[in-house]
Amino acid sequence: MKKQNIGTPAYHLTFRTRAFNFISHVALTVLSVIWLFPVFWLLLNSFREESGAYTSYFLPKGLTFQNYINLFTNTGLYDFPLWFMNTLIVAIFSCLITTMFVLMTSYVFSRLRFPARRPMMNIMLVLGMFPGFMSMVAVYHVLKLMNLTQTLTGLVIVYSAGAALSYYIAKGFFDTIPRALDEAATIDGASKNTVFWRITLPMSRPIITFTLLSSFIAPWVDFIFVSVLMKGKADKFTVALGLRQMIERETVSAYFTQFCAGAVVVSIPLVILFLMTQKHYVGGITGGATKG
Amino acid sequence: MRKPRGDVFTALNFLVMGVGCAARGQVAKGLLLLAGQASYIFFLLSFGLRYLSEFLTLGNNEQYTVWNEELQINQVITGDNSMLILLFGILTVAVTILFVYVYIINIRFGFKALQMKNEGQPLPTFREDLKTLWNDKYHLVLLTLPTLGLLILTVLPLIFMISMAFTNFDRDHQPPGKLFTWVGFENFKEILWSNPRKSQTFLSVLGWTLIWAVSATTTCYFGGMALALLINRKGVRFKKMWRAFFAITIAVPQFVSLLLMRQFLNDNGTLNNMLLNLELIEAPIRFLTSDLARVTVIVVNLWVGVPYTLLITTGILMNIPADLYESARIDGASPFVMFRKITLPYMLFVTAPYLITQFAGNINAFNVIFLLTNGNPRSIEYYQAGKTDLLITWLYRQTVDEQDFKLASTIGIIIFFIIGTLSLISFNLFASKKREDEFS
Repeated sequence: MKKQNIGTPAYHLTFRTRAFNFISHVALTVLSVIWLFPVFWLLLNSFREESGAYTSYFLPKGLTFQNYINLFTNTGLYDFPLWFMNTLIVAIFSCLITTMFVLMTSYVFSRLRFPARRPMMNIMLVLGMFPGFMSMVAVYHVLKLMNLTQTLTGLVIVYSAGAALSYYIAKGFFDTIPRALDEAATIDGASKNTVFWRITLPMSRPIITFTLLSSFIAPWVDFIFVSVLMKGKADKFTVALGLRQMIERETVSAYFTQFCAGAVVVSIPLVILFLMTQKHYVGGITGGATKG
Repeated sequence: MRKPRGDVFTALNFLVMGVGCAARGQVAKGLLLLAGQASYIFFLLSFGLRYLSEFLTLGNNEQYTVWNEELQINQVITGDNSMLILLFGILTVAVTILFVYVYIINIRFGFKALQMKNEGQPLPTFREDLKTLWNDKYHLVLLTLPTLGLLILTVLPLIFMISMAFTNFDRDHQPPGKLFTWVGFENFKEILWSNPRKSQTFLSVLGWTLIWAVSATTTCYFGGMALALLINRKGVRFKKMWRAFFAITIAVPQFVSLLLMRQFLNDNGTLNNMLLNLELIEAPIRFLTSDLARVTVIVVNLWVGVPYTLLITTGILMNIPADLYESARIDGASPFVMFRKITLPYMLFVTAPYLITQFAGNINAFNVIFLLTNGNPRSIEYYQAGKTDLLITWLYRQTVDEQDFKLASTIGIIIFFIIGTLSLISFNLFASKKREDEFS
């Protein structure tokens, strides 16, 4: 008799769980539609046959590939392929430097102890709160002093020099890696240098991916710094600045669909990168590391 | 320990850097220090002194035009450039501070070498000194480059901009044509009380900035975490797919999606046109040009921000030790209790710095406002500002459109004071200070 009584709530619970699961899936579907909607609209516009910026309908009247072809062949007024290469070069270099700087700084603040540590952390925290482009005029003059304005090198420097300021996220991550691992290695005779390269970094894939990714994106989306630095030098533009120029008021109706095509092309490397690195975000890495 | 009595080399060490070390056998170290001193003197003579001498006035000779009889043209006689004097003056002061620091180290090195020699200890060779860099002094190795980058391209320009707030550098005082000079706290007085239009604008913009930052941060944080928990639920299938859907929106550059949204939500944009065609509304809804704009920007920002929080929290949520949940479950804790007692404290602990950065980032959320509304709707009561203008976009307009650098820097300093104190307090209160060693 008693056994049945135990069985009933268990059955009840699975029903509830199933209902929750169903609701979860519905909610996720609705949310995904909302979030993907602008992306979908961007794609549609990039294939739209008729030009014009403001349409009164959602689905295009005709589809064509011409916008993409124009983007790469019609380089007279807007040289998109060149901008794309510029951005790629700047993004690769600045994301490598930025990631190194961020990892180095956050490892130091997470694991090493020295007198200047806390003051430095506080100062950096405060520095990071100043709006970056507030000092753009000064940065411009500093770079001019080094003869680096209107060059891609200058742009890489601008994007990566302040990297140390964004140490907190990686430091928060390093703090969750068990310290026992470091201590074990130190007992085995490893120097701090070895611990950093051989133990901490290999365990930090998620945060490395995150840092690489976010710093790789920066040059693609920024246009304030690049507009100050490359003023009037169209062959050193990055895609953000170039594309934004396409939809200035005078050219928006003629170039809007081409702008969308350009935006899609810019997004493609970023999307691929994302799908490749997605798995690093998933799956805990420190679970059980000390036990083994 | 008693300070050892110095000899002639110790005395000489105050004049010529590196002698103290070299005399005790640390030749390489000594030569390095000497090279540092030599390059500082060279810097001062060839560059620094010229700007330092004009630093107090920021230049006296204004540029003027004179008629050149020989060539029959108006000739421009270049005067002083206040901006360069200011910038390079600061640079010289910074280099000097650095030099003083190295000088103090030099004295300390000299005494230490003497002391060790007197006590008969073997002095560390240059090679041994280098070796400690990989272990006890490893922070020096790792921090040198990042800090140098910071000093040159963040700190130096920052000091430059801060000093501008104490000058009258604006459209009417622009180098190289005109000079500008120091005015003390005049700009702060104006924006805080003495100029009613500016101070009233400042208060209104500040109020909106704070409302915006609080709502943007909390909506994105809790929205993103809720979404992450939803996807992490045991029964949910295709986890990777859902995450990828949201991740894709990050991959689309922000300026693209925001400019698209603007086109979409415009007064005569696609959404309004569609609604008009369907006869659901009679007049276009002014998402971006009426007071509604304040709501619109927060909602659009939710769209921008949630995927980021999802991305960050997913990994950390999975790092929470599973045994914590297991033991809670055995103790009969409900999912809600587990969230409140395990998930939330853990998340707040790990993401506290992230949250603070987000808050500061939102106060300076330039992109969303600039691309979506550009601060509009404009208000005639405001001094060159609009209803959705944050302090930062107001600052930007002063720099780029109005070239009122003094006002821009003043706003910048005030922004800095507000979020600087706010964040420092909260950072030291509820984040890492005492507990950073605890969770590992």
